[in-house]
Amino acid sequence: MNIKFKIENLSVYFGKEQFLNNVNLEIEANKILGIIGPSGSGKSTLLGALNRMNELEPHCRTEGTVLMDGVDINSSTYDVINLRKKVGIVFAMPVPLPMSIYENVVYGVRLSGVNDKKKLDELVEKSLTEAFLWNEVKDRLNLSGLRISGGQQQRLCLARVLAMEPEAILLDEPSSGLDPISTSKIEDALNQLKEKYTIVLVTNNTKQAARISDNTAYFLLGDMIEVGSTKQIFTAPLKKETDDYITGRFG
Amino acid sequence: MKLVGEKGVQRILMITALSAISSLLLIALFIFSEGLPFIFNYGVGNFLLANEWDPSTGHFGIFPMIMSSVWVTLGAMVVGAPLGIAGAIFLSEYASPIIMKIVKPTIELLAAIPSVVYGFIGVMVLAPIIRNNLGGPGLSLLAGCIILGIMILPTVISISIDSILAVPRSYREGSLALGATTWQTTHMVTIKAARSGIVASIILGLGRAIGETMAVIMVAGNSVNIPNSALDSVRTLTANIALEMSYATGMHREALFATGVILFIIIMILNSIASVAIRNRNAKK
Repeated sequence: MNIKFKIENLSVYFGKEQFLNNVNLEIEANKILGIIGPSGSGKSTLLGALNRMNELEPHCRTEGTVLMDGVDINSSTYDVINLRKKVGIVFAMPVPLPMSIYENVVYGVRLSGVNDKKKLDELVEKSLTEAFLWNEVKDRLNLSGLRISGGQQQRLCLARVLAMEPEAILLDEPSSGLDPISTSKIEDALNQLKEKYTIVLVTNNTKQAARISDNTAYFLLGDMIEVGSTKQIFTAPLKKETDDYITGRFG
Repeated sequence: MKLVGEKGVQRILMITALSAISSLLLIALFIFSEGLPFIFNYGVGNFLLANEWDPSTGHFGIFPMIMSSVWVTLGAMVVGAPLGIAGAIFLSEYASPIIMKIVKPTIELLAAIPSVVYGFIGVMVLAPIIRNNLGGPGLSLLAGCIILGIMILPTVISISIDSILAVPRSYREGSLALGATTWQTTHMVTIKAARSGIVASIILGLGRAIGETMAVIMVAGNSVNIPNSALDSVRTLTANIALEMSYATGMHREALFATGVILFIIIMILNSIASVAIRNRNAKK
């Protein structure tokens, strides 16, 4: 199996508070890793460590190493801008940039210096199609990205990540505020996308992890309790805490 | 033992609130009633577009003053707007919160310096520098632009900062997460989102610059002519009123009120544009 991220002894602090505690985890390429656990268990912090969005927060301190394809992404020589182009993220709250749908999709690519209209047009169609959004917005690409529905905005945020042709996609509870139909569209998209990308899906919805992830990790209060194939975690978890959580006896 | 009841307090507060509005109304009523008849008697075109201002021979053309006010104000924008906006961007996007906490109130303190002090520094420091290096009398359009440019900085900076900080954090995060640098994020997302607030800050600065009197009288030279170069001495609308009101009588006095009417209208228009811009900013969210 092909390892995309290798996380070793990762601890993350914001100020004096510790959000991740000595996590060791390997993330396989071209698979969906579901991360489950109650709020405040460090799931989002883990995503933030994979594309170094954590460091935008003042007073953030990271210990341990995160290797992507064997290279330490926290080393001082590593180009963080390049990292964020390769590791895209979709946040819990869908926030398109305040510009048109079209410009939202090509935003990242334009930053990399691509300005060829024809190429951008193709990219917009391809990315929106992959995000299961093309048919709904193809006639109004000049509409502001802020004026479509929440579910559509979330898929637009996915499309703008896909347009970057990243290597990995991080999703932070992408369907927490969405209706079931939008959710299933996102899930359909993810199922097809794992052919090309490594996907890490943080979700508050254990059923969603069970439905679409290949592997599942359970986090609790900053500790990674257990990781394994989704089937094993949901049918025969090794740890009692995991069992309590997935069967709803938690707390 | 209650001195005044709830109703009484309400009434007292209402009267104080109304007194602010009524003084605005009274001022407007006063200058319009004194100035408007003159404008119509003398002729709108003759008043606004004639070049000669010579009260002793009955010539009241304020076109040179209008042009001077326009040039001084535009020049102040050229000096103040880029400095102010760049400063606001630095403080809100790049500087650490501690620097922001120290620098922003300091800049706002600029607004507390009396304008006569700005004028004094303009006369003592700026005018000689201009006279010695660029020629001309020193007390000039250029000196007025620079002094006013500095005077509008606090307005431009603090309103720009407020509108930049009002841009949702999630816009910045979304942009940075796509591999944008801080500067790319700032000019492609943050400034665009804060644009109407920044425009409002400039327009309010404009209003301040065009209405400023004391500093301009001191540094701009005050001779009535349409400026041909930045080194010419100029007299603005405000300066014209302030310089001549103390001894004006009859037609002359009415003409000065009419000048006030024109100023009043210009500033009203600028402030309404600014408040529309600010309202647009709030409506977008």
